[in-house]
Amino acid sequence: MDFSRRDTLGLALGAAALTVLPFRVNAAAEDRIAEFTGGADMGEGGLTLTAPEIAENGNTVPIEVSAPGATAILVLAMGNPTPGVAQFNFGPLAAAQSASTRIRLAGTQDVVAIAKMADGSFVKASSTVKVTIGGCGG
Amino acid sequence: MASGVKPRVKVPKSAAAGEAITIKTLISHAMESGQRKDKEGNVIPRSIINRFTCEFNGQSVIDITMEPAISTNPYFQFDATVPEAGEFVFTWYDDDGSVYNDNKSITIA
Repeated sequence: MDFSRRDTLGLALGAAALTVLPFRVNAAAEDRIAEFTGGADMGEGGLTLTAPEIAENGNTVPIEVSAPGATAILVLAMGNPTPGVAQFNFGPLAAAQSASTRIRLAGTQDVVAIAKMADGSFVKASSTVKVTIGGCGG
Repeated sequence: MASGVKPRVKVPKSAAAGEAITIKTLISHAMESGQRKDKEGNVIPRSIINRFTCEFNGQSVIDITMEPAISTNPYFQFDATVPEAGEFVFTWYDDDGSVYNDNKSITIA
């Protein structure tokens, strides 16, 4: 089988697109973080992300976020097809800036939480969860 | 999925003024992520609840933006301060425009 000039160019483009794709997924997460923080630096501490070390079923992974003094907490699953999970905005009547819920994880990955503190600073916490059965169908 | 959606909320019947109480909410919803495919290989369109809010006497307690990574039958647990007797209003917003509501009254003991 002979490759024409057109075929060769097409192949090269396809290969280039394939190598770029994994970065695109990460880029989506980076964009989401930049949108939330406005590009500000993130510190450590003051934010607790509780997630299991091993989740048997990726369809329901219980997580808890807690950050005393935070106004909002963003949760991201870095390895999901869409990295966004949820954003918690705490009102004046929230007794504690904490919440728990159940999330879907496509596979073993890092779960990242970023809290926006009342003084406008940001803190980050992450936790690796091993997933035995992925939770995104397909 | 607008049919068969049933919100369930657990709030204590009474509390001391200024006390922090724990609220648990659960709503039955498929939370179709938009990633799954049916038998013919067609993508099942996304259909999720994208926002949940809890208010007490008009003041916000929590406002959660949800994305497809929230599990089927979204569950939330959080803490609220009860400054006076009144009513908690829980609202869920569906992708299809439906809005689901639940109210719980609380008295000061």
